[in-house]
Amino acid sequence: MWVDLIITLVKISFILAITVGFFAPVLTWVERKQSALMQDRIGANRADIMGFTVLGLFHIIADALKMFTKEDFIPDGANKILHTVSPIIALVPALLTFAVIPFGGQYTLFDKEVNLVISDLDVGLLFVFAIASLATYGYVIAGWSSNNNWSLLGSMRTASQMISYEVTMGLTIIGVLMVYGSMKLTEIGAIQENFWMWGIFLQPVGFFMFLTASIAENKRIPFDAPEAESELVAGYFTEYSGLKFGMFFMAEFIEMVTIGAIMTILFLGAWHIPFLTTATLLSWFDFLGTTGSNLVVMLIHVGVFFAKVIFFIWLQMIIRWTLPRFRYDQIMRLGWKILLPLSLANILVTGLLILALN
Amino acid sequence: MELLIFYPLAGFCVVLALGVVFNTSPVGSALSLIGMMLGLAGIFVLQQAHFIAILQIIIYAGAIMVLFMFVIMLLNLKKGDDAGWIARDRNLLLSVLTGLLAVGILYKLSDIIFTAKMNTPAILPDSFGTVAIIGETLFTDFVLPFEVASILLLAAMVGAVVLAKTKLD
Repeated sequence: MWVDLIITLVKISFILAITVGFFAPVLTWVERKQSALMQDRIGANRADIMGFTVLGLFHIIADALKMFTKEDFIPDGANKILHTVSPIIALVPALLTFAVIPFGGQYTLFDKEVNLVISDLDVGLLFVFAIASLATYGYVIAGWSSNNNWSLLGSMRTASQMISYEVTMGLTIIGVLMVYGSMKLTEIGAIQENFWMWGIFLQPVGFFMFLTASIAENKRIPFDAPEAESELVAGYFTEYSGLKFGMFFMAEFIEMVTIGAIMTILFLGAWHIPFLTTATLLSWFDFLGTTGSNLVVMLIHVGVFFAKVIFFIWLQMIIRWTLPRFRYDQIMRLGWKILLPLSLANILVTGLLILALN
Repeated sequence: MELLIFYPLAGFCVVLALGVVFNTSPVGSALSLIGMMLGLAGIFVLQQAHFIAILQIIIYAGAIMVLFMFVIMLLNLKKGDDAGWIARDRNLLLSVLTGLLAVGILYKLSDIIFTAKMNTPAILPDSFGTVAIIGETLFTDFVLPFEVASILLLAAMVGAVVLAKTKLD
């Protein structure tokens, strides 16, 4: 009982530390460096302590200091409670998704089975989808409660865009579900120990549709019409400053990690190394004893998992700095007239293939 | 232990349900409704029905209420704007019928509550409420109602599209 509680607390702390403590701040720096690299600039290198800049890494500290000390402004006529609550509603779903994401397999440590997932839900895949759909409210309420027309327009765009792409996302998930026959993310991960069972081979169309839909859900370029600077000032967060703005900012970066993690679990073999089963890995480290070899394999698997997540984050960064912003009607057309029929066709073809192969 | 979670959740739902009715701003009402649905999902989880709970969140809290919010914002309803449409169109017959329906439902519900065996714990199989077992039941014992309902939904969708289209043209 107590041991289980402690193990769960350790897992929760690990996830919080790696998302809020590591990825969110470091990604603000990575985004600057990446854009600088792609636009042939030198990039963030001004913040220094005693003349040391450490590749501009001190900008993270400067950013944090700025956000903490800025005036927290609530505009006239705004709904004070909702204006304050909405950044929280936006940030929480991004973190909550990690409750069901396995970041490793099952290991025997000190005669105890350790499952590297906070909550191994039977409906894990649907849980991810449900939480993603709840994220909409934070952005919608933010724009509405600001009493500003730019904000309202931004949140209307957010609502319509997120609803449209949720449809594609949900239908793509059905394809994945049909192939693996399970909604448990740990089981989906475990099946992909076989390299040819990776989701990207079984659901190639689904992979690209899911990636597109999740970038649209995260409202990053090319789908950033809700916060289009040149049209709507800053969209739904126009009236936000200080740490409340920071929370929207953090939500976006953490969502990038979340997307990467889900994509890794569903399509890129979860924590597995191609052609290397867990049993083989365990036998290599046999000389360390059961606990020792399990511990080493666990660390390798967690490392592999986050390496894949980092790959997806890098991919999203590349896409963000390569493409221009889509027009609003283009986003809607892509969502409803191209992706929706394609995802329905994907389900049909998947079903037919499963029927034919069995 | 279960009651310790149930009562706060149920109270939370009741308070928010009242909030839906008594809130003067449409957005406030909609938000209360969303909160209530999340509370209901919590009660479903308490009954071991994880699948139903997740569906409750996806369909009601996630999809339908987002559309509600969208429409409310599109019309940009503010506090006080609603006084007009509440007073208008008081159809006596309709009110009586709705009232009768509500009384009927309450009667049936109280019947269920008072005849239920509260003190004997329900014995549930391990697979209760899992996706597999619900899917199996849905596609074997209840396949006809299930398919009929899906055709009804499809018809409603096509109808909505046709209605919207003629208005646009």
